[in-house]
Amino acid sequence: MLYTYLIEPFADFAFMRRALVACLALSVAGSSIGVFLILRRMSLMGDALAHALLPGAALGFLLGGLSLPAMSFGGFVAGIATAMVSGAIARFTSIREDASFAAAYLTSLALGVLIVSLRGSAIDLMNILFGAILAVDNQALILIVGTATVTLVGLAAIYRPLVVECFNPGFLAAMGVRGALYHALFLGLAVLNMVAAFQALGTLMALGLMLLPAVASSFWAREVWSMTLIAVPMAFLSGAIGLLLSFHAGLPSGPVIVLVASAFFLGSLIFGARSSVRSRLSRPVHLRG
Amino acid sequence: MAAAPALKLVDLTVSYDRHPAVHHVSAEIPAAEMTAIVGPNGAGKSSLLKALLGLAPRIEGRIECSARRIAYLPQQAEVDRSFPISVLDTVLLGRWARFGGFGKASKTDIHDAQHAIESVGLGGFERRPIDTLSVGQFQRVLFARLLLQDADLVLLDEPFAAIDAKTVADLMDVIRRWQAEQRTVVAVLHDLDQVRRDFPNALLLARELVDAGPTARVLSAENLLRARAMAEAWDEHAGACEVSAPAPMKLSA
Repeated sequence: MLYTYLIEPFADFAFMRRALVACLALSVAGSSIGVFLILRRMSLMGDALAHALLPGAALGFLLGGLSLPAMSFGGFVAGIATAMVSGAIARFTSIREDASFAAAYLTSLALGVLIVSLRGSAIDLMNILFGAILAVDNQALILIVGTATVTLVGLAAIYRPLVVECFNPGFLAAMGVRGALYHALFLGLAVLNMVAAFQALGTLMALGLMLLPAVASSFWAREVWSMTLIAVPMAFLSGAIGLLLSFHAGLPSGPVIVLVASAFFLGSLIFGARSSVRSRLSRPVHLRG
Repeated sequence: MAAAPALKLVDLTVSYDRHPAVHHVSAEIPAAEMTAIVGPNGAGKSSLLKALLGLAPRIEGRIECSARRIAYLPQQAEVDRSFPISVLDTVLLGRWARFGGFGKASKTDIHDAQHAIESVGLGGFERRPIDTLSVGQFQRVLFARLLLQDADLVLLDEPFAAIDAKTVADLMDVIRRWQAEQRTVVAVLHDLDQVRRDFPNALLLARELVDAGPTARVLSAENLLRARAMAEAWDEHAGACEVSAPAPMKLSA
């Protein structure tokens, strides 16, 4: 009974297995990136960045059709370019970085939809915007798992400077360390993860598996490493549960996965150990000293 | 001032968007002594510290510094106090010069960090996340980090803003210990009574230098009045200043 519902879909169908592995890789790398995105107060900027992949991916689509390497490469270039241009605009003008990201994202979204509709059908557009995790093939899987590996190694390498850059950038500068360099490396890793997530979840929801578990984990943990340790399994469970739900109910998998992640977020928001609704509403007990 | 100065400012100008925050300041800060930087809000005190650290965007003039290692206490607003990090990890950052971004903290570092935490009166707080601390407790944490930096020049930007009397007294003990260890202490302060009481030297700034030297002389009523008048002046149409030669800046000796 339990076997029929939980295991059989993966045992019987290779596309479900590939989707599950893709979820695992996306969860491990993506939620670690997500934790840093929220700690840097960049969650909305991250979202904007993910949307900014669209025109690049669309150009790749225009030149190479629905080919993953072309679209991924285009998306990566577009993401990095947006991050750099927004950073430069924020540095050289008085517009704040969030405003310039918002401007860049609206422009890219419009441009991307326009480019796709030049050649593709509405279904192609849907695939690019919302992804198709069940269509992940071996090539895409290698891209996703490779990205996860690079991300984990990269994050481990820049972990300490990045933490200090978030927490007290002036200190890092006084130590003679160029915080901007680590910020740029981090943005590069973030874009890489969005590109990897894009095939599975589409440009509009690529950030779902990265951010929602990370935000949820902040209701449970109080240090960067413990937040990550909580966010990763939450993201993977969202992926696995989402895949099963979508399989049994015949629903599109991307949105279901993101909705399960949202359920984790809502649950944490209500029942979490710290600054949750529960701790706000519970009878005010205070310690003796 | 018999000994060589720890810091020598030569015609120093720090500007943001062409407006000078610190304007043609020349002064000497004596080594192994305690000097207060005083002045109205917007007088360029923090900008001066930033310039000393090499963090100001544009400076003209010259800073001569004989210190090997500089430690800096930022204003608390510059630190994200909601960041999930423990007291011990924050204090350990003081040893950055030793292990950098990638090395491992040694047993000695951790032992020293614990010792520093105890000596600022926070024993037992090592694993507490910093977002549970009060402003005063967090300032003690930052002082513990300074202790670990083992610097011969310590720059403090408003160390006692919004801090209660007991904490100020405890932290002043730490500062006096630094001075006894022949370290140079430079602090931006607003409480003039405290400066008169605890700091033998003062530098009164109102974008331009008003006076520098023994506190009793610098903080005269006449100087303070002059400082206030100078700080309030702001001329949008002032012509550009003649600059002799924009000499490149180097901070460390």
